[in-house]
Amino acid sequence: MSTKDKATVGEDQHGIESEDTETVGKPLLAAEKSRMTCRNVFVYYGEKMAIDNISLDIGKNEVLSMIGPSGCGKSTFLRCLNRMNDTIDICRVDGDIKLDNQDIYDQKLDVVPLRARVGMVFQKPNPFPKSIYDNIAYGPRIHGMVDSKTDTDEVVETSLKRAGLWEEVKDRLDAPGTGLSGGQQQRLCIARAIAVNPEVILMDEPCSALDPIATAKIEELIDELREEFTIAIVTHSMQQAARVSQRTAYFHMGKLIEVGKTNKIFTMPSHQLTEDYITGRFG
Amino acid sequence: MSNKQDRKSVAAAVEKGLARRKAKEKRFQRAGLAAVITALMMLAVLLISIVSTGMPAFTQTALKLDFHYDESLLPAGQTLNEETIRAMDFHGLVKKTLREKFPQVKKRKDKKALYKMVSNGTPYILRDMLMEDHALLGQIKSIWVLADDEVDSIFKGSKTIADSRLTEAQYGWVTQLVAEERVMTRFNWTFFQNGDSREPEQSGIRGAIMGSLFVIIVTLALSFPMGVAAAIYLEEFARPGRLNDLIEININNLAAVPSIVFGLLGLAVYINFMGMPRSAPLVAGLVLTLMTLPTIIIASRAALKSVPPSIREAALGMGASKMQMVFHHVLPLAMPGMLTGSIIGMAQALGETAPLLMIGMIAFIVDIPQGLLDPATVLPVQIYLWADVPEAAFRERTAAAIMVLLAFLVVMNLLAVWLRKKFEKRW
Ligand SMILES: Nc1ncnc2c1ncn2[C@@H]1O[C@H](COP(=O)(O)OP(=O)(O)O)[C@@H](O)[C@H]1O
Ligand SMILES: [Mg+2]
Repeated sequence: MSTKDKATVGEDQHGIESEDTETVGKPLLAAEKSRMTCRNVFVYYGEKMAIDNISLDIGKNEVLSMIGPSGCGKSTFLRCLNRMNDTIDICRVDGDIKLDNQDIYDQKLDVVPLRARVGMVFQKPNPFPKSIYDNIAYGPRIHGMVDSKTDTDEVVETSLKRAGLWEEVKDRLDAPGTGLSGGQQQRLCIARAIAVNPEVILMDEPCSALDPIATAKIEELIDELREEFTIAIVTHSMQQAARVSQRTAYFHMGKLIEVGKTNKIFTMPSHQLTEDYITGRFG
Repeated sequence: MSNKQDRKSVAAAVEKGLARRKAKEKRFQRAGLAAVITALMMLAVLLISIVSTGMPAFTQTALKLDFHYDESLLPAGQTLNEETIRAMDFHGLVKKTLREKFPQVKKRKDKKALYKMVSNGTPYILRDMLMEDHALLGQIKSIWVLADDEVDSIFKGSKTIADSRLTEAQYGWVTQLVAEERVMTRFNWTFFQNGDSREPEQSGIRGAIMGSLFVIIVTLALSFPMGVAAAIYLEEFARPGRLNDLIEININNLAAVPSIVFGLLGLAVYINFMGMPRSAPLVAGLVLTLMTLPTIIIASRAALKSVPPSIREAALGMGASKMQMVFHHVLPLAMPGMLTGSIIGMAQALGETAPLLMIGMIAFIVDIPQGLLDPATVLPVQIYLWADVPEAAFRERTAAAIMVLLAFLVVMNLLAVWLRKKFEKRW
């Protein structure tokens, strides 16, 4: 039975049968190309399974976007990549996730350096209620990357410049970060994340709380950052996924349905569910 | 029925309902306002009654008398030193001075009444003055001494002659002194300088204020760090589970335990078992720490809970350890709430009487405490003690002490507001 037939059984029913769990497309990359590798990842919230056997690679210097209807587990999966799920007591992660061939769920590995290597930008801009300067300087300080005021000044300046925020805030570095506009706050959060020079940046719907102009700025920024960082971005906007990413992964009810080159996914999806989603039939 | 009609009837129904809803709202608002006004009025009555009773206690009548430090006070052949001064008969000096001032008084009974005109602390004041300045011996010195509380009451108008215990003769003498401009009503410094006393005109609240201060210092020094640490542990680090629930329930229950129970506990544990001294501010502080801990823990946990999770995520996402997250980000944001809770706890402790009665703070203590182990009393207990004494002058002092206590509480609450404003940050 083809997937097409099944999906037409009922327009509202988008459940997937067991034989469909095989991900369509190319979730895996060649070893030398990938930054993070995930194999057979399962995530449970208590008894409830939120991620069901996902294997996916994230390449070096690529932007991977993750799309899918809400509640399908995009955030959950993203938060596995820097072990933010550790903070949720009932959450349990199974499987094998590696960063540069190092198991990040290794008992001996400390999450602190991991999170310095895998930074995160959240859905709602969440600058610390401190000055702009201190927001950026916080990461380098706690990780011992800066010794002197001049070091710190330099890191703050370069980070803000890389995040395209320097010109707007250079005269008021002592002003509270929470006093900026939403878009500026989000760029401040990005600057804060890149201040510790991570290898991977995870972004969970970074533009969902922003207006179109601020969104455009962030998208532009993501494109620039790709040169230095690997970026995994969750988004509910397909246009955004199409604009910023090279590869796109489509999630559905905890399963990874399809992965492929972004333009292929949006023009010629192979799986019925993907097609239904990108043509706006649900989600 | 057409659609149009239908809509009209719906609109009419809504209209009708709206009027009812508005009336309901009005009624509710009025009831609320009435409640507020009633509460305010009661508060006003209370304050007015306290202030009007207590005000006279802040002034004090003094009489000017010329005391002759006669050389004969010093037995022949002795030198003037502390010991010999202590042996001198200053009571006699006061009596003699009064007799000389009013030579017309002859009868024994009248003389007795005459001696009662000045505070019977006067001899000690004379003694202390001579101790300080030995050159006074042989001189005549005009000194303002405190009037007896009955005389004082007359001058402050808190009693009329009719209901005063002053006799006609005594009143006559007072009038004579007034005519000679030897009577003055001045601010009652004694009230703020002395400890408790059996004599109203000599009694003050210095001892109680110092006692309260020591007690509050002990309480604050112990309960704030302990309460905050406990709250941080329970809120941020403890694994949720049965044990945690049990602790939480117990803390909430402790907050509701009548305070006298803590007093009994303090008596049993600190005094009887550990052998600490009775009436000591240290013990009182320990007891009140037990009492305020739950309040502080509950307030601090609420403050920690109210810190938005996004800040925690931001910190953890930057690679901060849990400890760094708590101390760099969560705690500063929770601080205003914690401080407010703690100050409210302290204010409660400051006004607490019952548990302190159990640990011996009710004793009559004249000396002003100098340290944490000296016997002491505290403001509310002092109020309780004075409220029991029949003399009118003590009734005034009770109200005055209440005013002082209220002033302390107001200051503490203002401090809480100020701290809140100072530390509060937007996010
Ligand atoms: N903290 C949590 N506790 C329990 N269940 C959760 C939690 N977070 C997410 N879930 C569940 O996991 C599933 C995936 O959620 P999520 O990853 O947030 O989806 P998405 O980001 O794709 O909208 C949902 O069914 C959600 O209800
Ligand atoms: Mg999400």
